Amino acid sequence: MKHRHRIKEVGFWALFFLVFGLIPVFAKSEYHLVLANHILIWGMFAMAFNMLFGVTGMLSFGQALYYGLGAYWVGLMVKTFGEAWFLPAIGFGVLSAVLLSMLIGLLVIRVSGVYFTVLTLAFGQLAWQITFKWYHFTGGDDGIQGIMAPGILGNHIVYYCFTLLLVAVSIWILRRLVNSPLGLTLRCIRQNPDRVRFLGRRVRRNQLRIYVISSSFAALAGGLMSGVNNSIHPDMFYWTTSGEVILMGVIGGIGQFFGPFIGAAVIIIIQDVVGARTEYWSLIIGLVMMTMVLLLPRGLVGEIQAFMARFKSGAGNRG
Amino acid sequence: MDLSFFIMQFLSGLTMATLLFLVASGLTLIFGVGKVFNFAHGSFYMIGAYLAYQAVSVWHANFWISVLIAALGAGVFGMFAEATFLRRIYGRAEEGGFQILLTYSFILVIDDLVKLIWGTEYKSLPRPLGFGGAVNIGGLTIPAYNLAIIAIGLVIVILAWLILSRTRSGRVARAAALDREMLGSLGINVPLTMTLVFGIATAMGGFAGALAAPLRSVSPGAGIEVIIDSLIVVVIGGMGNFWGAWLGALILGEVNAFAVSTVPDWASLFNYLVMVLTLIFKPEGLFASREIRKV
Repeated sequence: MKHRHRIKEVGFWALFFLVFGLIPVFAKSEYHLVLANHILIWGMFAMAFNMLFGVTGMLSFGQALYYGLGAYWVGLMVKTFGEAWFLPAIGFGVLSAVLLSMLIGLLVIRVSGVYFTVLTLAFGQLAWQITFKWYHFTGGDDGIQGIMAPGILGNHIVYYCFTLLLVAVSIWILRRLVNSPLGLTLRCIRQNPDRVRFLGRRVRRNQLRIYVISSSFAALAGGLMSGVNNSIHPDMFYWTTSGEVILMGVIGGIGQFFGPFIGAAVIIIIQDVVGARTEYWSLIIGLVMMTMVLLLPRGLVGEIQAFMARFKSGAGNRG
Repeated sequence: MDLSFFIMQFLSGLTMATLLFLVASGLTLIFGVGKVFNFAHGSFYMIGAYLAYQAVSVWHANFWISVLIAALGAGVFGMFAEATFLRRIYGRAEEGGFQILLTYSFILVIDDLVKLIWGTEYKSLPRPLGFGGAVNIGGLTIPAYNLAIIAIGLVIVILAWLILSRTRSGRVARAAALDREMLGSLGINVPLTMTLVFGIATAMGGFAGALAAPLRSVSPGAGIEVIIDSLIVVVIGGMGNFWGAWLGALILGEVNAFAVSTVPDWASLFNYLVMVLTLIFKPEGLFASREIRKV
């Protein structure tokens, strides 16, 4: 079992660096580079989200709050103080996400299950509303345009490599986390919180920990994204953004560590192919979500794995 | 702040509270009886509003008949959604999360279907005949339609409470909240009960949407605004609690009315403020019972 995990892990990393490392070489246009960048950032965001939902069983509908926070730190600092503040702003964004998620986390982890989902949603919408209405400070519905990374990072290929590096490091950290004692505790919390208490572990404290960790990666994703799109918009706080990241997790498979990344790639590619031709994008997302929940609850990666396992055991029985 | 201003704001808050209660009580009913969290409840409100618009503006029906059509339509649609989709995931491991995801997909689909059928522009409905003006009570001019909504709401609160506590169907619904398996072994068709409860709750949502249509303009995306407000109501009152939903709606409606008249730009933030305060001091809701047994 352990051995097979190894192979899967090595396989993912090899494929990851092969595909995303070669994209700058083969990309026909800048547009493809942007697309690949989106997959990287959303993939990391979705994996961080899955630390909450898939690993710990906390379905947050408000991760857009931290995503937007990270993006607006970068946007506002670059707009007010100039390009040189781009990188520090990403750091400030992550830092403020840590602080804010600790504060909000103390409130939202007091309740569990459906309540948790509802409250995270409400806080996300609160942030959206503030951003939307505070026109003098945030630019309201106009958002902020012309956010450029400074110096050599202004080059698209360099920026791509920069994101690739950060995303790879983030995924590696998340991976280490899942395999750590904390990760084990979190998985136990999902299955049986009472037993975790019996064993002398604090459920709430560990839930808060993972909420803060997941949120800070969401902020990192937001900060990186503002450099890819060169613009930000209050919709980054909107609940559909949280919904989209959930969908990525569900499509890839929430029971799988790498699943959400695959889910992100699938959604972004579908969006690129279909989204441009129809204004009924949310209808498509809705139908996809419905299909996944009703028919393929384990997600693409999970279902393929289950199929392979069945295939193998079937072959074994016959032989 | 003089007295007449106060009374006016209070009544406007009461109107909003009534509409909120109609939606939130349905949400809480579904949760209490079926342990189903219907994230898409606001979308049924929206369906109600659009059906009322369709009946009044296109079919030229009487307003009150249109409201009934809207409630009926939303209810039938709700029963269809429950019987075809939601029923399939009952009892699955980690049902709660999947319920939210499935009902979330309803929101997305319904939002776009509404756009497909009625377009994206805002629709507005005239107030019903005879309720366009204002009533003069002791020197105060109060919009007649608001009074009508408050009265209708009062009748429905009492009616719903009577049905739940005094009739056989109400007892069955409350029993389903306690122990579905036992109810089934007593010869009650539990799946049918669940579908009917879902239908009644979504019909109440549609009813509220239709009543609200002359006050607020009808637009796609109305569903999510309403669901968040009713969620706050339910969080304040305690999930699955009928009177909690009533109290929560009252608090939120009044807070909102007074906030709108004093700080119009930031009024909606007060909803969240109330919610945060509730959470800090009484996270299980004002009508506290950790294991919610009552409807």
